[in-house]
Amino acid sequence: MFGENLLNNYAEAVSMIIFAIGFTNLLLHKNLIKKIIGLNIMDTAVYLFLALKGYIKGRTAPIISNGVIEADKYINPIPSGLVLTGIVVSVSVTALMLALTIRLYKRYHTLDLDEISFRLRKEGR
Amino acid sequence: MRDFVQNFPLFSIVGCLLSSSTSSLLKGRAAKWVNTILIMCVGAMSLCVMIYCLKNGPFVYIMGHVPAPWGNEVRGGVLEGGMGLFFSSIMLLSMMGGRKKILEEIEDTKQNLYYILVNLMLCSLIALVYTNDLFTAYVFVEINTISACGLIAIRQIGRTIEAAVRYMIMSLLGSGLFLVGVCMLYDLTGHLLMSNIKESVALLSASGEFREPLLITIAFITMGLAIKSALFPFHAWLPDAYGYSTISSAAILSSLVSKGYIFLLIKIIYRVIGFDIVHDSLLLNVVFGFSALGIIFGSVSAMKEDDIRRMVSYSSVAQIGYIYLGISLGTKEGMVAAVFQILAHAATKSMLFISAIGLTDASNTSRKFTDLTGSAYRNKIAGMGFAAGALSMVGIPLFSGFISKLLFMRAAVNNYGKMMPTMIVLAISTILNAIYFMKTVVRIYSPERNLYEGREGFVKIHTKDQVFYTITVIIFIALNVALGLCSDPILDLISKGLDMFA
Repeated sequence: MFGENLLNNYAEAVSMIIFAIGFTNLLLHKNLIKKIIGLNIMDTAVYLFLALKGYIKGRTAPIISNGVIEADKYINPIPSGLVLTGIVVSVSVTALMLALTIRLYKRYHTLDLDEISFRLRKEGR
Repeated sequence: MRDFVQNFPLFSIVGCLLSSSTSSLLKGRAAKWVNTILIMCVGAMSLCVMIYCLKNGPFVYIMGHVPAPWGNEVRGGVLEGGMGLFFSSIMLLSMMGGRKKILEEIEDTKQNLYYILVNLMLCSLIALVYTNDLFTAYVFVEINTISACGLIAIRQIGRTIEAAVRYMIMSLLGSGLFLVGVCMLYDLTGHLLMSNIKESVALLSASGEFREPLLITIAFITMGLAIKSALFPFHAWLPDAYGYSTISSAAILSSLVSKGYIFLLIKIIYRVIGFDIVHDSLLLNVVFGFSALGIIFGSVSAMKEDDIRRMVSYSSVAQIGYIYLGISLGTKEGMVAAVFQILAHAATKSMLFISAIGLTDASNTSRKFTDLTGSAYRNKIAGMGFAAGALSMVGIPLFSGFISKLLFMRAAVNNYGKMMPTMIVLAISTILNAIYFMKTVVRIYSPERNLYEGREGFVKIHTKDQVFYTITVIIFIALNVALGLCSDPILDLISKGLDMFA
């Protein structure tokens, strides 16, 4: 049936749509803060995708509880590890972007990137 | 029992990380020496890896004694070692040539921070070259982005901060796409190590399952890395970032950072997806279109520029187009040409940036062409360097640029469908290159006839006042001529290294 795959994997589809929303925001918005929000939406969508891929129905988080050590009681821990690494990366990148934004705002008193570029070109250096 | 040399890739990566954290405690001068020694050590270790692999073949180094599908791995081969050696030597030369400018343009309290960023940059480049794990590659791609952004923004003027923001935005778009690609590939194959993924992808491709997801994955990874390495039309950040940052940063960014991503892409094409599968996906035709457009548009934009450093920056867009053109020809000859162009462009572009700064220094730091008239007489060694770089870019025999153009032509002849467009694009671009580079060379060698007599800043700079700079430019010229004259053994190494990839 057409669309069967889509119905079965609706969560992955949602995460890809969110990714696209974040991507367009980061690419097209003029406002720097909104760009950074777009960046975070984009990264979060990837984490959602990864978390979905690691989840196995009926199992629990990969932390040993009540002395159960059989692997088939727990979900796949690798995607969770990747999500953690990804969060660290995205936090540092966001911090750097915000710092640069503060610098630009202090100099030009606007968050509009196109406006800043226009003024720089007018200044001629 | 493994040989001691097999530890060297890991030693280089860890050494860079350690030295960058210790540099934060040091003063500027000490950090500079740590940085210089570190780059030399990494270069020497890469040379050892290359020689070792020529004798014994490639090796895989397992980290932390956790075996294949779970552990992390580092892989050494001829091409990896060679690239590590080349990257570190270009970085050393760029740092030497821009030493004076770093002192002038960066605040005293931030001197050691600059060297930390350079160490981190070297670390990420070396890791991208050696790693055998896709997610590790992603993490180091981000480290590369952050340190590159710092290298741009450390000179605190409005232009550089804006350029850093624009660079960050484009880079993050690229790494977002790359990350999604890696995650989807993990989803399809269940592996993160390159060799394991390749086996699974081969099985998938043979059975015809998941054809579309695989295609989209390849597209995401290729597009992501193409955006990050400033393939046309994603190059908008490039002229500002290269044009206004301090000169060592500009040289390192133009000649190494984008090349690191391209090398990763080549590695992924060979070692993750498989060359034939990428070739059959017809995706290379899209890349071919973008690169051909990039070559023409980059040259046209460079012609319109009135600022010497922005002109050199725009010519990078065209040169990166060449590299992607070689990759997109889809033959081994094309790939060899692309790798050689990585070397030739890195050696030439950093020389052009370093020489350009010598010329502007002799012209009251003005970058306008009208002020640069006769500057090659005021700073002789910079003039020589710029002229040699320009000749190499245009493709005059004796210099490295000639060999890479020759290789592209030769590779194009073997590809029936893309032969004519490649030839036409190369011919047009050579003419355009000749126009804007020769225009500049003629201008800097025009006698000034006392035009600037007594004007402030237009002074003669003698060789004895810039010993380090002179040595750097001479080594750069020698490197270019060496690449141009002794291309056969280098091509042989590249071809051997690519065979080891597969």
